[in-house]
Amino acid sequence: MEPSVRQSHLDQLEAESIYIFREMFAQIEKPAMLWSLGKDSNVMLWLARKAFFGHVPFPLVHVDTGKKFPEMYAFREKYEKEWNLNLIRGGCPPVEDIDDSLPPAARSAARKTEGLKWILAEHQFTGVVAGIRRDEQAIRAKERVFSPRSDSGEWSFKDQPPELWDHYKTEFPPGTHVRIHPLLQWTEIDIWRYIQRENIPVVDLYFAKDGLRYRSLGDQDITNPVPSTASTIAEIIEELEHTSVSERAGRAMDHEAEDAFERLRTDGYM
Amino acid sequence: MTQNVVELKPTSQPAPTGQREVLRIVIVGHVDHGKSTLIGRLLYDTNSIPPEKVKALEEVSKKRGKGIEWAYLLDALQAERDQGITIDVSHIWFKSPQRDYVIIDAPGHKEFITNMVSGAASADGALLVVDANEGVREQTRRHGYLLQMLGIDQVTVVINKMDQVDYAEDRFYVLEREVTQYLREIGITPRFILPISAYVGSNVAKTSDQMEWHHGPTLLSALDKMEVRPSAEHLPLRVPLQDIYKFDDRRIFAARIESGVLRVGDELVFSPSNKTSRVKTIEAWSSPVEPVVARAGQTVGFTLEEQIFVERGEVASHAADAPFESNVFKAHLFWLGREPLKVGKRYRMKLATARHDIVIEQVDRLVDTDTLQSQQGESVARHGIADVVVRSRSMVALDEYRALPKLGRFVLLDGYDVVGGGLISTEGYPDQRDATTIRSTNITHVDLRVTGAMRSAQNGHRGGVLWFTGLSGAGKSTLAVELERRLHQRGYHVYVLDGDNVREGLNANLGFSPEDRAENIRRVGEVAGLFADAGLIVITAFISPYRADRDRARDAARDAFHEIYIKSDLATCEQRDPKGLYERARRGEIKEFTGISAPYEEPETPELVVDTSVADEDACMQQLMSFVEGRFRQA
Ligand SMILES: Nc1nc2c(ncn2[C@@H]2O[C@H](COP(=O)(O)OP(=O)(O)OP(=O)(O)O)[C@@H](O)[C@H]2O)c(=O)[nH]1
Ligand SMILES: [Mg+2]
Repeated sequence: MEPSVRQSHLDQLEAESIYIFREMFAQIEKPAMLWSLGKDSNVMLWLARKAFFGHVPFPLVHVDTGKKFPEMYAFREKYEKEWNLNLIRGGCPPVEDIDDSLPPAARSAARKTEGLKWILAEHQFTGVVAGIRRDEQAIRAKERVFSPRSDSGEWSFKDQPPELWDHYKTEFPPGTHVRIHPLLQWTEIDIWRYIQRENIPVVDLYFAKDGLRYRSLGDQDITNPVPSTASTIAEIIEELEHTSVSERAGRAMDHEAEDAFERLRTDGYM
Repeated sequence: MTQNVVELKPTSQPAPTGQREVLRIVIVGHVDHGKSTLIGRLLYDTNSIPPEKVKALEEVSKKRGKGIEWAYLLDALQAERDQGITIDVSHIWFKSPQRDYVIIDAPGHKEFITNMVSGAASADGALLVVDANEGVREQTRRHGYLLQMLGIDQVTVVINKMDQVDYAEDRFYVLEREVTQYLREIGITPRFILPISAYVGSNVAKTSDQMEWHHGPTLLSALDKMEVRPSAEHLPLRVPLQDIYKFDDRRIFAARIESGVLRVGDELVFSPSNKTSRVKTIEAWSSPVEPVVARAGQTVGFTLEEQIFVERGEVASHAADAPFESNVFKAHLFWLGREPLKVGKRYRMKLATARHDIVIEQVDRLVDTDTLQSQQGESVARHGIADVVVRSRSMVALDEYRALPKLGRFVLLDGYDVVGGGLISTEGYPDQRDATTIRSTNITHVDLRVTGAMRSAQNGHRGGVLWFTGLSGAGKSTLAVELERRLHQRGYHVYVLDGDNVREGLNANLGFSPEDRAENIRRVGEVAGLFADAGLIVITAFISPYRADRDRARDAARDAFHEIYIKSDLATCEQRDPKGLYERARRGEIKEFTGISAPYEEPETPELVVDTSVADEDACMQQLMSFVEGRFRQA
């Protein structure tokens, strides 16, 4: 008997994500994928192209808050053309239109949820692929791979459907849509190792300049860089192997109130 | 076309340095026994929680009027913190010096069993947490039972909250014995049973000063001794089709290799359609070399030499060890639906990528996870566990769960919702693959010049099949022989095909395995069909317990087929026991005896029912004679 070749951990993650993409494509009538231009989104897009042999057979959606970094807009224009993407650009309501009982940064972040709702309503998508990961945040740690939302976009986290083996929830009453999370099992360091292995392009903001770099990219006004000297992918991996600072430390809305993130997510935030 | 089947390098690259094995551990046990606390503490003691998070945790705990609640690290939902329980599963990452872990925190409350099962289903191993005060409780047992069902046999038990029982050695041993006994009974041998205090951190990552009497490892080193599930590469090939893509001129079959190894040039058989083709290429995007082999766990695309029509749900395998095919099988089931499971109700079954409409035909037994006793019942309540018989409308490609789990398990849907999961046993039912496969090709049907009408005009009656089915001892042979005699007297061309007679010749090469029994019936059905075509009345007397077999016999003889149920209850048959077979079956000397240890599936719409437990032989004969006179006499 020949020795068995154990798949590496990255191979396993890749295979699982591709499986999820294909399940989604086979069973969800009208899907779209969020492309936030961050590192996770780019890995996700790469995996989609692997799953469908170089094609991306559904539209990408960029919910544009208008407050992204200029580097991110430049990145979007470049790869939209280069990778021949079907990209839908969506806007967001002004912050004044958002629930004013939310703390300021959360309120600002919630614009994106409303922007997404607009696009869903306009295009009638029944499935939205989003690049969240369970290791990012304790509430995301409770997510399902296929996560149904009511017609108002709400997440009913107290009553999530069973997800047994790889049988995801793919049938819904009319009016519901589903969030699909192909990266749920990845960690931040997995993402960087995969970017390194596959040579996936990312925005320069992740690399240290003048002793600072971004670990996570949100809107300019609510995302802060962290002290770092990591200016290559290898250095970032090295840094992550030893850091004790959490990834979303630079995201203001995570630190405003005990329930801020839960409220955002219940209402449909990613 | 010649194929280069020389194996190149494996498609996967070696793991980059620093990248280690990842083990998935689920933490289970009764509500409040300290599962979430244990995980929080384990992470803290291994310096896996960023300092800023520890601070936040302290603040939140204080605000809620508590000393530090480690559980809040996982119980992040407001409702969870308010009620002090876990509602849904969390996944959290941590490293030991040895390797990386994904820790899955399951809720212990009865209401959230569904979430517990969702979390546990993907784990390599489990930690069962028992409160030293409360001891073994209802969900301790149920979780243990579910672990065993989900195939998780690496289990370590921790007796937690030892601080609350003054680290008492004797209390630990009492519980150790109780847990071990229960787990042994359900087939789990715990790797370790460890006394700990999650709250204090005793024996979690560090050995405890308070429990010097304990000589076992710390929890952390016990975890490091668990192993990841072995690769399924050496098992038979199973490739359930996920989709078929036609982005360009290639037709790419997308699939995950669930087990075995797929190579370019392999001859594949697709089940249940039984179509075959050869692998032309294995497709990969952005791969420097074109792969020629794909292994268990890989998600691939491939193309075929011959353009055959197969859809999502079909399972590709090698012909030599193809999956089992049946439309009826036994299953060990756990029920999650809010409504109880109902016998006879239609559900949807998802098995690998296939879907089938099924009914639960019968509940064989219900399992009480507290006492491990079996009970009888017609319905299965929420969170119940049962052995059932599943019948599908269509043929299903499946495997025995213990041998090939990926094709041996399924979920059931009621409407939009998943309501249960099941593990398949193929015991007692025949593989129907051979019976549904036409092996010869290039057949042209020859049309005869003598028609059926001409034959029946000459004979004075139509030809046909009287298919007697019923339990052993119901009276099939007795009635068949007597009916033949009486019909012959009245000038009918009639012939009896009886079990033992046929087995001396036509079916001499067949034994009594479920497959051979099915083949026996298939041949009899075909022969009976030919006799009926030739103008004869054929009476067959076979138990023929499976509906699928009788349906095929009906297909062979078409309109000429008449199913006659020779009915008698089991007790009466057993009392008659003309050949002493029931007695031997009860003693266990005959395996898979219909009615005792193998199923008898009653006909659903037989043309005639002859009940021999109420009518005497003469009355039965009259019933049969008037049926034949009515149906076969040529006007
Ligand atoms: N004294 C003491 N208290 C503990 C210990 N472990 C847990 N607790 C307390 O027991 C209570 C329940 O702990 P949890 O960790 O929430 O229990 P759980 O098993 O996760 O509960 P569910 O997830 O709801 O099933 C909390 O108040 C903990 O502080 C221990 O070792 N000693
Ligand atoms: Mg808990």
